[in-house]
Amino acid sequence: MSDNQFDIKVGLAEMLKGGVIMDVTNVEEAVIAESAGACAVMALERIPSDIRKDGGIARMSDPQMIKEIQKAVTIPVMAKCRIGHFAEAQVLEALEVDFIDESEVLTPADEHNHVWKHDFKVPFVCGCRNLGEALRRIAEGAALIRTKGEAGSGNIVEAVRHMRTVMNDISRLTTLSREQLVAEAKNMGAPLDLVIKVSETGKLPVPNFAAGGIATPADAALMMQLGAETVFVGSGIFKSQDPEARGKAVVEATTNFNNAKKVMKASTGLKSAMKGLDMAEIPEGERLQERGW
Amino acid sequence: MIKIGVLELQGNFELHHKVLYDLGIGSKGVKCLDDFDCLDGLIIPGGESTTMSLLIDSFNLRNSILDFSEKKPVLGTCAGLILMSKKIENDEKVKPLGILDIVVNRNAYGRQIMSEKKHIEIYPNPHGSVDIKATLIRAPKITSMGKKVISMGKINNTPVAVFDGKHIGLSFHPELDGISIFHEMLFDSSSKLFSNKFENFNAA
Repeated sequence: MSDNQFDIKVGLAEMLKGGVIMDVTNVEEAVIAESAGACAVMALERIPSDIRKDGGIARMSDPQMIKEIQKAVTIPVMAKCRIGHFAEAQVLEALEVDFIDESEVLTPADEHNHVWKHDFKVPFVCGCRNLGEALRRIAEGAALIRTKGEAGSGNIVEAVRHMRTVMNDISRLTTLSREQLVAEAKNMGAPLDLVIKVSETGKLPVPNFAAGGIATPADAALMMQLGAETVFVGSGIFKSQDPEARGKAVVEATTNFNNAKKVMKASTGLKSAMKGLDMAEIPEGERLQERGW
Repeated sequence: MIKIGVLELQGNFELHHKVLYDLGIGSKGVKCLDDFDCLDGLIIPGGESTTMSLLIDSFNLRNSILDFSEKKPVLGTCAGLILMSKKIENDEKVKPLGILDIVVNRNAYGRQIMSEKKHIEIYPNPHGSVDIKATLIRAPKITSMGKKVISMGKINNTPVAVFDGKHIGLSFHPELDGISIFHEMLFDSSSKLFSNKFENFNAA
């Protein structure tokens, strides 16, 4: 893997900034997402809230369904593989998806190892709950990081927790001396070179997006103001009563995240958002964010 | 002080601000009509042209961008090039602005797996060329150009950098590699590449 190839992967992540990436499960939804202004779609068989409800093993989607979505839209198409399931990732690369999400939303295939993402030409996005986890994924080759949040909950609280944790971790690193950074790298379980890089630049070495629980235009504006550079919306669009209008409203609020009047306008007159779950309703063993390390 | 606007509807606007900052040129984000006040030039960055095209119309910016482009320089990279074109061969969802007299084919260089860096020779002025590394990401192809548009550089005989005297369109992303020659041509009067400094432009 040359630096050039990694740069090109991060390059696509750069192009997705300031936008909304929407989960879709068929061609019809993909077309709605695109015309609502999504900057990419995530093709998957069941959206997270249904995976949570249905139970069973959640796997990579049927290649046929991904192919149909690739044909139907011109924006980038992403797809998910299970944590550690490099053979699913190889299939997705053979399909020429634009991004692979090694995702805790699917049932993990390996409880000890994530995919070695440098072996792939297709860029990867991975979830994190803190900076150590983000840097481990980047060391493995992730070109884009997102918060895990709690997928399928419609509850923003975990995405906020994870984004604040990452941002606090980053700002703490910028105040430490070199010898303290060595200790910090050990405590975080992150490679020292990346820890030093973050302490010098005050940001992640790859773009930093938010995911897991975003359901309203104001949720998107909140995450952007907390430092996210783009938002993923999973169940929030197609589990609401009017996906197209809500999708468009979330896109407009994301662009104008720091203009309250415009976020207000985007939030006005929408039909009901997805119902959502309080964290107390999700037993700890069933929280998707606990998957991966 | 000169101030350049960067369209911030979606996409890779941040790195354009950085290129301008490194040249000592002021910049600001453009998201609404009022943001066009007192600007000396505009950049339409890379990103998703479908998203940007929708937001240009949702936020009522189409006429302002067009009026502005008649008087002032505009630089478009990748999705920005698609939006500046007169016609898109293979996509009806994006409504191009028609700032540059060119026809483009969207994603003609393929999906992300085909994205790459290529060495190309750019002729930013009549006096000579510059070698650059061009990053192409799901890039659009320029399939035809009007008489007043000239090519400043090619890949496999297809133009990837075009200029009409006031506007520049690029299939690739100079901002990702910190390349500033195009920003200098349009916006930096202290640069020897500044386009107002030469006439009878004849390049690649």
